[in-house]
Amino acid sequence: MFELTLPPAFILLAGAILVGLVRPALRPVVVLGAPLLTLYAIWQLEDGILQTAPFLNYQIELVQASPLRRLFATIFAIMAFAGALFAFRQAKWWELAAAQAYAAGAIGVAFSGGLITMFLFWELMAIFSTVVVWCGGTPAARRAGIRYAIMHLVGGVILKIGIEGVMVHTGSIEIQPIALETFDAWMILIGVLINAAAPPLSAWLADAYPESSPSGTVFLSAFTTKTAVLALILLFPGEQILIWIGLYMIFYGIIYALLENDMRRILAYSIVNQVGFMVCGIGIGTEMAINGASAHAFAHIIYKALLMMSAGSVLYMTGRRKCNELGGLFQTMPVTATCGIIGALAISAFPFTSGFISKSMISQAAADQHLMTVWLFLAAASAGVFLHAGIKFPWFVFFQKDSGLRPRDPPWNMRAAMILFSAASILLGLFPGWLYALLPFPVDYEPYTAGHIVTQLQLLLFAGLAFFVLLPLMKRTETISLDVDWLYRQAGPLVVGVLTRMYRAAAGRVQRKALGLWAHLHGYLSRHHGPEGILARTWPTGSVVTWVVVLLAVYLLLSQY
Amino acid sequence: MKTDENHHKHWLYRPENRRPLWWGFILILGATVLAQVAIHVHGHFGFDGWFGFNAIYGFTSCALMVVFAKVLGLLLKRSEDYYDSDV
Repeated sequence: MFELTLPPAFILLAGAILVGLVRPALRPVVVLGAPLLTLYAIWQLEDGILQTAPFLNYQIELVQASPLRRLFATIFAIMAFAGALFAFRQAKWWELAAAQAYAAGAIGVAFSGGLITMFLFWELMAIFSTVVVWCGGTPAARRAGIRYAIMHLVGGVILKIGIEGVMVHTGSIEIQPIALETFDAWMILIGVLINAAAPPLSAWLADAYPESSPSGTVFLSAFTTKTAVLALILLFPGEQILIWIGLYMIFYGIIYALLENDMRRILAYSIVNQVGFMVCGIGIGTEMAINGASAHAFAHIIYKALLMMSAGSVLYMTGRRKCNELGGLFQTMPVTATCGIIGALAISAFPFTSGFISKSMISQAAADQHLMTVWLFLAAASAGVFLHAGIKFPWFVFFQKDSGLRPRDPPWNMRAAMILFSAASILLGLFPGWLYALLPFPVDYEPYTAGHIVTQLQLLLFAGLAFFVLLPLMKRTETISLDVDWLYRQAGPLVVGVLTRMYRAAAGRVQRKALGLWAHLHGYLSRHHGPEGILARTWPTGSVVTWVVVLLAVYLLLSQY
Repeated sequence: MKTDENHHKHWLYRPENRRPLWWGFILILGATVLAQVAIHVHGHFGFDGWFGFNAIYGFTSCALMVVFAKVLGLLLKRSEDYYDSDV
């Protein structure tokens, strides 16, 4: 075997560049091959700092490996592969290239050995995820992409302020747990939390992701929020405030998803919900909790991408995205429906799916720390996940009243990607040891006790009962829900509009005054210098000669003395 | 076309199957609760080991969330072109 000494992120980045350069026939080889080669490179890395490079006046660590970082990089590379498989025959080549560069950014962050490296790859993600949003190709996607880019560039600036503060005040650019005692630490936390879609700035996610192409959302669902989760684990493990931020995100996701009509926006809100579980686990901060958050990130990327693929397939085949226009699709889209249901069961943490073995570790960690309130919220939230994503998504898209639509299953590559991730969701649920072996800390946890299975089934199935009993309350309406983004999409422009009008009025007055003055000045000048002015008159030759004679006479007189 | 569809309606959509489907669901629900007779559930806090605790908790918390969302929806819901119309 050969040794790969390149940082894994550079392989994917090279792939992204090659996609546009090679002949179209070779593109599939590049988009599918580069993630696999990257995966291989990831598993060649030994633990510790492996590559450094000089950058400005700093020695930056390009690659630092550890089990935690490898876990995240692994799932990012797998995701890049499955996403490419789902997309490569339908998506534009520039979307595939942007998605690979985006994934490269995520893997670069996962292995970054210092804050500077982290920041550089962080911005790489911001740029190319924006391009992926723009690949939606509609005016709405263009506008949403601009809002998305502004949000992430602002987040990047805040992060950079924090990083520079830490560099100046401590002289260290190492990535290590930072106590939340300084301004710098808070800036870094806020910068990272913006990417995690934490409150109050959660709205960008459900605003931008559903506007991308059917395959774009699949990529977008995976990288940005989960690199933020990794950054939180590395920088702020055990910070109490994260428990409450996480719980807020969990319920925010559920409530907004319940209100939503757009199928991909439902799933976008549920990303915030799922990342909330991880953020909460990081806040608890014990080995069990960090293991749980990491395992949940791994499992979540797979089943959420699966759900987005399922929704993307429906969108691709029908061109519709609203729940009230869908329904009854299970009859003609059996593969899409089955895979969607498997994803829905996994996100709901049904026994024998990947969600069951990962999410329960976070609840267990809360119980171990005797955090009763947190545990109760987490249990209610688990039921709520089944409500808003586990049943609502498949019910309104594939079942409910028959919409009369009879689309077929999508092309083979899209089916293959869905089947691959469905299998992964079930296999991880059946063999939790595979995932547990990759976790940062040794695992002392057995998810499959009879008691755990029974209580989880009770919780979920009765949540299902609540859904069907209260179905009349959940009648789909063709609406959107206001969020904090109202401030910058409606109130902000309104205030700017008012200020602009005030400025224009004031400027008008000033201008009129100035014009008056100018007219006055102009009149004065033209009286003297204008075509009819005294100084502009053409003088007769005789008077000029007279004046010359006078001058010469004066000169003659003066020369006598 | 319409009558043809009715003839070939999927069994899930036939009105006569609604009751059996509900009964099947209720049977499964009952089974998960009754399973607690045979299987001891070890609670971390005491109350979470009570008979049927998770069933009741799952149902009520979800019902509360749905009602809360409904009320919040009255305040927050806007037509889909809300942002297109004014800006």
